[in-house]
Amino acid sequence: MESRYTFGGDEHVFCEVDTEMSLEAFFKSLSMTNAVRESQIRGVTEICPANASFQIKFDPDIIKPDDMLAEIRKLEVQAENAESSMDTRIVEVPVLYNDPWTHETLMRFRERHQDPSGTDLDYSARINGYDTVDDFIAAHSGSPWFVSMVGFVSGLPFLYQTVEREKQIEVPKYLRPRTDTPKLTVGYGGCFSCIYSVRGAGGYQMFGVTPMPIFDPQQQINYLRDFMIFFKPGDLVKFSPIDRDTYDAAVEAVEANEYEPKIRDVRFSLDEFNADINACNAKLEGALK
Amino acid sequence: MIKVLNPGLATSVQDMGRHGYYHLGIPQSGGMDQLALQAANLLVGNASDAAVLEATFMGPELEFTADAVVAVTGAAMTPKVDGAEQANWESFAVKAGQVLSFDYLKGGARAYIAVSGGIDVPVVLGSRSTYTLGALGGYQGRPLAAGDQVPVGQGKGTAGRSLDASLRRAPGSPAEIRVLPGIYWHWVTDKSGAQFYADTWKVAPEADRIGYRFRGGQPIEFTERERPFGAGSDPSNIVDGCYPYGSIQVPGGTEPIILHRDAVSGGGYFMLGTVISADMDLIGQMQPHTPTQFVKVTMDEALQARADRNALIGRIHEALA
Repeated sequence: MESRYTFGGDEHVFCEVDTEMSLEAFFKSLSMTNAVRESQIRGVTEICPANASFQIKFDPDIIKPDDMLAEIRKLEVQAENAESSMDTRIVEVPVLYNDPWTHETLMRFRERHQDPSGTDLDYSARINGYDTVDDFIAAHSGSPWFVSMVGFVSGLPFLYQTVEREKQIEVPKYLRPRTDTPKLTVGYGGCFSCIYSVRGAGGYQMFGVTPMPIFDPQQQINYLRDFMIFFKPGDLVKFSPIDRDTYDAAVEAVEANEYEPKIRDVRFSLDEFNADINACNAKLEGALK
Repeated sequence: MIKVLNPGLATSVQDMGRHGYYHLGIPQSGGMDQLALQAANLLVGNASDAAVLEATFMGPELEFTADAVVAVTGAAMTPKVDGAEQANWESFAVKAGQVLSFDYLKGGARAYIAVSGGIDVPVVLGSRSTYTLGALGGYQGRPLAAGDQVPVGQGKGTAGRSLDASLRRAPGSPAEIRVLPGIYWHWVTDKSGAQFYADTWKVAPEADRIGYRFRGGQPIEFTERERPFGAGSDPSNIVDGCYPYGSIQVPGGTEPIILHRDAVSGGGYFMLGTVISADMDLIGQMQPHTPTQFVKVTMDEALQARADRNALIGRIHEALA
């Protein structure tokens, strides 16, 4: 894993920590961006961690691009030696899988899909070797996920599952992106799940919807009053399958502004995870019980 | 206050942008043509970063409830006060009860309508700019609609001030857009890379504040590579990463997209380079079908172009001080 640095025009340094996705690459990207924030390099205007890369935006009138790059590189040794553990939180996200709204949408855009004969869930279950959609949903909701990036649009989390690579679900994106995706769709593309924070275009396969809003520009939802965006990189998520009645009840609670997401503080250690994945996940999930 | 009688095609409140939230997927927004936006403000005696109206392809029809001084810069669409034509790039008076309307678009794409006192919508995350996709900022988080009543601040502009033509900037034909290759440039074969700069592209109808799409050039040929885990199956896919402003992605290798002020902050498509900061204004003034030539530059040339643009903005400030 060797970082590759390049410029995005005269205002951005782009660093690919690794070409492929791994928790190690994600932790290094997060350590690097934390180090950039702490070092308070003059001229930095945006610090953006991503799944296995990161980007720093700067003002070249204040610091020359080559100097900016040199300052960031200096932090690499420090980031490599950073502790691969963090105090974070785990959030239970209820999901109505196979819901009527994503179903209506995916049927509307069927000609843009790899397999027009079935649904996104049918297709994703099959190409990942699951006998039934229920088995596939059990896998998707069976282990926690890391928020490895926030972006694309306001507050959208990219999620990476904390399982062995051979158990990781991989699906292609739509052949051509849709022009519509229901708000709060739980999607999947490459090795990442996501939650669409707003209605709009999208290319990820669609599996279900959550009743839990994660972006509120009005800041009226009780748990989004302090800040309009719910997720940040490093958060953990556990998807919890729910039925239609539970979904409807949750939507009612959201509308009455009485919905409270289930959140618990946890510590995640990459070394512990690599030593025993099942024990690590059991401990994380145990916090939500 | 300004009453919106007809909003035009896409008219929104914009200033110099919202900074510091890109890591959460909230882009900077703000005027696509920042030079024209600043000039419009200076013409009516505002701070150069005050909020204005950005009108795309077609002007709005606005009724003023109080006397104001107005200036229209950027795209060539002639402003009219109760039907009487006014000059672009020049401040003029609008009296209470009068209606500001526009002739059809003769050049460019976006007009900047500055009103003395500035558009006084609430500041959200440090800016008054509209980010439509996130329903954030501006007038109720959206472009203007008929019946809207847009608040205006207290101003002290004077009519009859104009900006010399030598201090304006507009794309030529074909538009020449300077690009610094990089990011995933090494994924493109040498032959295909040379072709990208040799081809004449055309702005596609899908050109908005998020990004400008181009058509008409040869598809990109990719070098042989192993597909990295997590990226997806198309040769243009990367493990989802950040997108620089101005970065040029080519989904499927066919149609380049330049991300602009309302950029999606990241995603899974490779980028072959980035438009230099000095030329972002020009893209905001390009209409669909505009022939476009991408010109490869070095970092030194990008920084020189940036210094030239800064100097031009400095001269605009001096001229309108």
